[in-house]
Amino acid sequence: MNAIADGDARVRLEDVHLSLRGRAIFRGLSCRFPRGKISVILGGSGAGKSTLLRAIGGLVRPQRGVVTVAGVEVSRLPEHALFEVRQRIGMLFQHGALLDSMSVFDNVALPLREHTDLAPPDVAAEVERRLTAVGLPGTGAMFPRELSGGMLRRAALARAIVTDPEIVLCDEPFSGLDPINVRRIEKLFGTLNLQLGLTLLITSHHIPSSLRMADQIVFLLEGTAISGSPAALRHHADARVSGFFAAELDADAENGEGA
Amino acid sequence: MNPIQDLGLRTVTLIAHLGRLTAFVVEIGRNAVRPPWRVQRLVDEIYDVGVLSLAIICLSGATVGAVLGLQGYVTLSRFGAEGSLGAVVGLSLVRELGPVLTALLVTGRAGSAMAAEIASMVTTEQLDGLRMMSVDPIDFVVKPKALAMLIAMPMLNALFIVLALFGGYLVGVQLLGVDGGTYISSMEGSINLEDDIAGTLLKSVVFGALVGMIATYRGYTSEPTSAGVSAATTGTVVTGSVAILLFDYVITALWGV
Repeated sequence: MNAIADGDARVRLEDVHLSLRGRAIFRGLSCRFPRGKISVILGGSGAGKSTLLRAIGGLVRPQRGVVTVAGVEVSRLPEHALFEVRQRIGMLFQHGALLDSMSVFDNVALPLREHTDLAPPDVAAEVERRLTAVGLPGTGAMFPRELSGGMLRRAALARAIVTDPEIVLCDEPFSGLDPINVRRIEKLFGTLNLQLGLTLLITSHHIPSSLRMADQIVFLLEGTAISGSPAALRHHADARVSGFFAAELDADAENGEGA
Repeated sequence: MNPIQDLGLRTVTLIAHLGRLTAFVVEIGRNAVRPPWRVQRLVDEIYDVGVLSLAIICLSGATVGAVLGLQGYVTLSRFGAEGSLGAVVGLSLVRELGPVLTALLVTGRAGSAMAAEIASMVTTEQLDGLRMMSVDPIDFVVKPKALAMLIAMPMLNALFIVLALFGGYLVGVQLLGVDGGTYISSMEGSINLEDDIAGTLLKSVVFGALVGMIATYRGYTSEPTSAGVSAATTGTVVTGSVAILLFDYVITALWGV
């Protein structure tokens, strides 16, 4: 297990048991995500990576255990109280989850309009700044249906970070992206983390990028978590963990996407 | 599972649904009476429900009125009472056919679209996206849609009735030769403002609230799959139509309108 002190953990899960539709996803999962660091959550398909982010965001509730975000225990909070905690969290969903009835500009502007008193010109400037940061300048007038998968995810990332949250949860941000866009998003995560001190929690299947940017890796295995530095997990004693890295890196090397 | 257990499970499921529906409606009501008012979103939804239903309402209204005129004339002429055609057409439309048929048509066109839109937002995690931005989906998505249905239904009902009266006039007076003055005066004399007009307004408001509530609830609580979207859409049309007919009977029985 990792050696992060309680005071450093921005997100903490203790003995979490969670079942969805009769299937046990977590069986006593415990892990911590340090403040101002990039943590990558890895694991096989169906291991519960997305569910872990949803539990942290309060979108699913564990049957047992404690989920603490920024010092607040979220797993038992009523919905209206969760809204206060969520203002400190940005979330990038796997398929973007942009509102398809609104333009990209309105999507990114939505959190600013809802939670700040910024004047319309300031909102416009802030939105354009964020869209430029994710490599999508001048796309504000487009609608989500007009964007490619990669563009959609970057627009969603702009929306997730537009209010400068403390914690950003990213569900498979590299899925389906070409290597150039993987590097672009990876660089953006690094910049956000470095300049704003964001705590980033990223689920991914992309081992090369995970090894490059992660300060900590949380590996989900049979409903529990194994945490450690990228180097430690890559050479972990449990063959299921080290084997996962080896298999994924071999596959990437065959596809010409080596680290 | 034996039949008794099955019945028990179904009963418990139904009661749980009713409880969730009540909580959902209370939540919509609570959001409706406090800011933010979301006027632009409400106007957009009224456009979707109202303006986009105009063609089907106008065409159906005129057709129903024409058929009523024709059927009424054939029946009344057996008793030599063609002069009462205006009263028969007017009363049937205002008291019964106007609000019920409008509500059924709006359920099929706008209610199903509303349920499908919300259900697909569930499937594509758009509602979860709103929650994670600390934006209440009931306030942002559901409230404007339910209120739009409540506001648009009486207006569409009024339009349906006007077009149907016009259709009845065209067939009865212009085609079948009933005297125009008699047609209008018998209609004027039989329709009462307090009972009939207030009754049609009451029915259309109740039906608007019902359809808005059912469509948004079915969409909001749908399974996040394509089958869930389909079930929400079908469920809205079936449940909405049955609820309209049931409440039509209840309102008529209780208030005589």
